[in-house]
Amino acid sequence: MTDFNLKKIKEKILAGERLTFEDGMTLFQSNDLLTIGKLAHHVRLKKNGLKTYFTMNQHINPTNICRNDCLFCAFYRKEGQDGAYRMSLETVRQKVLERIEEPITEIHIVGGLDDGLPYDYYIDVVHVVKELRPQVNIKAYTAVEIAYLAERSGKSWAQVLDDLIEAGLNAMPGGGAEVFSERVKRKLFMDKLSADEWLKIHKIAHQKGIRTNATMLYGHIEKDEEKVEHLLKLRQAQDESDGFLTFLPLLFHPENTRMSRLPMATGVEDLKHIAISRLMLDNFDHIKAYWVMLGKDMAQIALSFGADDIDGSVVEERIYHMAGAQSSQMLTRQQLKNIITECGFEPVERNALYQSVDTETATVNQI
Amino acid sequence: MKISKHSIEQKVLEGGRLSLEEGLFLFEQTDLIWLGKLADVVKRRFHPKPLVTFIIDRNINYTNLCVASCNFCAFYEKLGSDKGYVLSKEEIARKIEETIDLGGYQILMQGGLNPTLKIDYYEDLFRFIKEKFPTVRIHSLSPPEIHYIARISQLSLQDTLIRLRTAGLDSIPGGGAEILVNEIRKKLSANKTTAEQWLEVMETAHKMGMKSTSTMMFGHVETYEHRLQHIIKIRDLQDHTMGFTAFIPWTFQPENTELGGPKTTAYDYLRTLAISRLMLDNVPNIQVSWVTMGAKVAQTGLFFGGNDFGSVMIEENVVAAAGATFRMSREEIERIIKKAGFEPRLRDMEYNLLN
Repeated sequence: MTDFNLKKIKEKILAGERLTFEDGMTLFQSNDLLTIGKLAHHVRLKKNGLKTYFTMNQHINPTNICRNDCLFCAFYRKEGQDGAYRMSLETVRQKVLERIEEPITEIHIVGGLDDGLPYDYYIDVVHVVKELRPQVNIKAYTAVEIAYLAERSGKSWAQVLDDLIEAGLNAMPGGGAEVFSERVKRKLFMDKLSADEWLKIHKIAHQKGIRTNATMLYGHIEKDEEKVEHLLKLRQAQDESDGFLTFLPLLFHPENTRMSRLPMATGVEDLKHIAISRLMLDNFDHIKAYWVMLGKDMAQIALSFGADDIDGSVVEERIYHMAGAQSSQMLTRQQLKNIITECGFEPVERNALYQSVDTETATVNQI
Repeated sequence: MKISKHSIEQKVLEGGRLSLEEGLFLFEQTDLIWLGKLADVVKRRFHPKPLVTFIIDRNINYTNLCVASCNFCAFYEKLGSDKGYVLSKEEIARKIEETIDLGGYQILMQGGLNPTLKIDYYEDLFRFIKEKFPTVRIHSLSPPEIHYIARISQLSLQDTLIRLRTAGLDSIPGGGAEILVNEIRKKLSANKTTAEQWLEVMETAHKMGMKSTSTMMFGHVETYEHRLQHIIKIRDLQDHTMGFTAFIPWTFQPENTELGGPKTTAYDYLRTLAISRLMLDNVPNIQVSWVTMGAKVAQTGLFFGGNDFGSVMIEENVVAAAGATFRMSREEIERIIKKAGFEPRLRDMEYNLLN
């Protein structure tokens, strides 16, 4: 299935030139999976060689109570509803203490927009974690949560970020971006941030020296052109503030959501999203194939299609597992390394800031 | 000449045949996408149109009692076990009726090596099925079963096959091949057919004009070299008989088995699939195995030499017992094939397109 439309794109990639909107559309509409993968692998080798990153991390989702009603979410509950939970700060403490002996370098914290919790709670969660594990990178709160906290407190986005940084924030996850499209937003996540707001919050974080990630949710009702635009907006934002570390295409898991009738995106589509992201985002260092979401099999294959990161050990992942993800809840350091070496790549343990770390010898090296 | 990616590429493009050494080079020194692209060249030689075929059938496991004692099998029961069963004709008839209602074209009957079931049992069963359901194709009994039936019925292989065919057997599934290298077979099973016996059953059947598929179960105690020896044995027999319609490599499912151990990777699966396509220059079809690998990896396999999606299995018990629990409807298989950019087409056992 050789697609001759890809010839021009191949020439550009080999010359190190930037792809256009039209190129992005050509890529999404092409069925020539292996040519797209080969080009993405070429870019991956240029940027990262065979290095493939993993991290020893812990997930904490402090609350699943959320005032929003995003159609694609299986995680959130309303106050009083079956399965709703809200951790006390003491519970958060316990969650960290339960694994205090483990060599964790990153703690990932995201949750619902919980009107039943005070502003200070969100700040204190970071503070509690930082106190117990001062060495750990805290990667907390999506732009959606930052905007919510600003609204709740009457503070500006920048002030909220300052409070969080003071409490110990090191990095921000890339969630809540969904698809930068007004059309999709109106249909699926009405109450959430606009693309511009999401991008502005990340820009402010970057200006404050906080590195962040970026995502795109695919496999629901989005159109190819909306995805290409999304990628181009991220690329432009990265040109402006250069604070994004990694991009991860997020696969929509329909099970247990109000869109459960939709079939899940197929494997070939997963690989195309990884590869096209690698090709379009020439100013992002890393593309992540998140194993919890793709499953170990597809994450391993994705490493040959442009991805250079598989995320981490991840304990108590809730958001994808509530949506029916079948992957296990945790991998050990050795299992993560094996996943990478089994398909011919070189494992590099990292922290949230992509500094290489070795939790066996407890060293941190600047890459 | 020294083997290199370039030398292999040249050979494949010229339609040349790859050696075991070249196969080893492919396993050890090539990257995933390069392998896929080269396998695609061979695939398109056999299948120039962007079609992916599949069949609707049902696995009917008529008995689970088995004397072979294979350590990779989670399905069998020893003789005398209270979990042992032999399906009655009525149960089999009910399953076939359901299969026909769901648009099914054939039944794949496979079971254990059960010493109480001699040739008259199968003759009677096949006649019963063909009388009741004249349109149903009987794609049944893997070579170890046929070899065992011949032995306990004190018949030659040829006489056994003639009697089975006369009673209604249409074609033979390629199961029980595992790895066709006796040193490996000994490690897997105390009492199963040797590599030569497996091949002999197929040769005999092919020479009578019956078609069969072929399989390889990998990812256990074998090396890459054993996989290649297996593939080359299939290729050699195919040169003589041209009776194999397809090759189906699939991965050992360790759960609930005595052999146990880790499951091999999807990465290894795709590489092995592609190398099978490259080595087997005389077998027209390569089937992906969604039953063992799941839909996503199987779909990806369509870019690594696979041109057939196997079967909408209305029932499957053997790999399900070993932990593989993937399920797919006809609609889902068609959607997945289309999403990969191919046109899904129903086929019969001989890979003729239907409708």
